[in-house]
Amino acid sequence: MITALIITLLLPLIIGIALYLKANPLFELQSLSQLIGSSNWSPSDGNFGFWPFIFSSLYVTGLSFLFAAPMCLLAAIYLTQFAHKRLIHFMHPVIDILAGIPSVIYGMWGILIIVPFVSDVLSPILHIKSAGYSILAGGIVLAVMCIPYMLNMLIETFNTVPIELKEAALAMGATQWESVKHVVIKKSYPGILSSFGLSIAKAFGETLAVMMVVGNMVQLTFNPFEAGYPLPALIANNYGEMLSIPMYDSALMFAALILLVVILIINLIFRYFIYKTQK
Amino acid sequence: MKKRKKVEEMFFRILSGIASYSLIVILCFIILIIFIKGFNALSLDMIFKTPKGGYYYGGEGGVLNAIVGSLYIAFGATFIAIIIGMPAALYINVHLIRYRRTQNTIRYFLDALWGIPSIVYGAFGFTLMLFLGMNASLLAGIITVALLITPIVIRTFDEVLSTIPKGLHEASLALGSTRAEMAFKVMFKQGFSGFITAVLLAFGRGIGDAASVLFTAGYTDLIPTNLDEPAATLPLAIFFQLSSPIPEVRERAYAAAAILTIIILIISLTARGFSKKYSKLNIK
Repeated sequence: MITALIITLLLPLIIGIALYLKANPLFELQSLSQLIGSSNWSPSDGNFGFWPFIFSSLYVTGLSFLFAAPMCLLAAIYLTQFAHKRLIHFMHPVIDILAGIPSVIYGMWGILIIVPFVSDVLSPILHIKSAGYSILAGGIVLAVMCIPYMLNMLIETFNTVPIELKEAALAMGATQWESVKHVVIKKSYPGILSSFGLSIAKAFGETLAVMMVVGNMVQLTFNPFEAGYPLPALIANNYGEMLSIPMYDSALMFAALILLVVILIINLIFRYFIYKTQK
Repeated sequence: MKKRKKVEEMFFRILSGIASYSLIVILCFIILIIFIKGFNALSLDMIFKTPKGGYYYGGEGGVLNAIVGSLYIAFGATFIAIIIGMPAALYINVHLIRYRRTQNTIRYFLDALWGIPSIVYGAFGFTLMLFLGMNASLLAGIITVALLITPIVIRTFDEVLSTIPKGLHEASLALGSTRAEMAFKVMFKQGFSGFITAVLLAFGRGIGDAASVLFTAGYTDLIPTNLDEPAATLPLAIFFQLSSPIPEVRERAYAAAAILTIIILIISLTARGFSKKYSKLNIK
């Protein structure tokens, strides 16, 4: 029993070490700051600058957060504070099911709906040329994917606020919204922050759905209508050629290592937040 | 003053209402699109035939290879995850019951483990595979997915076990049972609903995950008959067919997506039904 537990708990360490060992040849070639900061990506010449990929990842994740967070926060407030009990009973299974739908299917939905929407509707309005496969499309699909996850955590957070606190505020003459604003949100502040943080971590590591709509071109651009190339897509797209170009496998393992470290750190920080507040 | 309050109240009530109803619409819209697109392309051939010659140019066949491959991988991985996960969850709740701090630390790390993206597991599985000298195969896929879903099994099962009243422990210990007997005969029975939920949840995650099997399971048109043969999986079948320039092949991706969604729906609904049914039988 205890061996099973220990093996599982050591897993992140083992993964980290394995990836580090695999990526090690890369460190001998270039320094860490060069690897992360440089935007020169030409594997066949031995130049591995990860900045375009990291930047794309951050951009897509940031966009998705911008779309999803306000919606989810408002919806969670509505569902827990204003709406009829029946609505939330209906929503719970729906959210659960949607959270279980694989990312490929969200990706397919993105190709069917979001990509044409961006290229045929949005870009003509703004007089921009876009193929549709863009950072914006990736952000939207990612936002939709994160919604069930984020909403679930937010609803849970709001449900833990003791009803007496709200009642006290109402008894003092506050309106519903004021009690929400000053009591419920304030009380669940750490929970909200953690939900946001964990959703960002999830979005950062999401692979297939994003990769299918984001265009996958190595470039540095602030224009959301251009194609991007996030880290997970880099790994997933190139596993085939991995062994044909020298150091390429190390580079991909390094990308996986970046993902692991960043996401593990975000998770550890925000989970710690949750545990602290639960006490 | 009073009026401003009322306006603010109305404004936010309506705003949050709009936000939640539009979310509901978006979410229903996704399911609707998948089913409409999928059922138009779905046929019995899709489910019961493997790809024939010229399938990827619009020829005859179906995705049976991917359905079977996915089921193999999900079953195998769930099996391993149960073997590792069930004792681990019981250990947390039986042997560590008096050490709250340790319990919480372990839960904390398991939760963090849950957050690691599947592509990282995929990359790790690939490294492991090369290290052990294996090829992309059913076995490699199973091991990788098992690593991915073990934390899910442990944490979901553990969540239910932790709600079992302490009196039950004490009663069984007082009757002279050993800790192991208590764990497997009392706790396991009491937490059975949670166990089923955990298994089904893990199974659902395992069958739908693409990034972890991308490197490790390979892809083939045949149904694997041995653990060291490569295996196709449904999510990858969808992914590959969707990137085809031929419309008929893309149609099939929609059908495969509908099949996958239905499998996930069935799993999810069964999990709900089971956990309701068995939690009724528990000693409160």
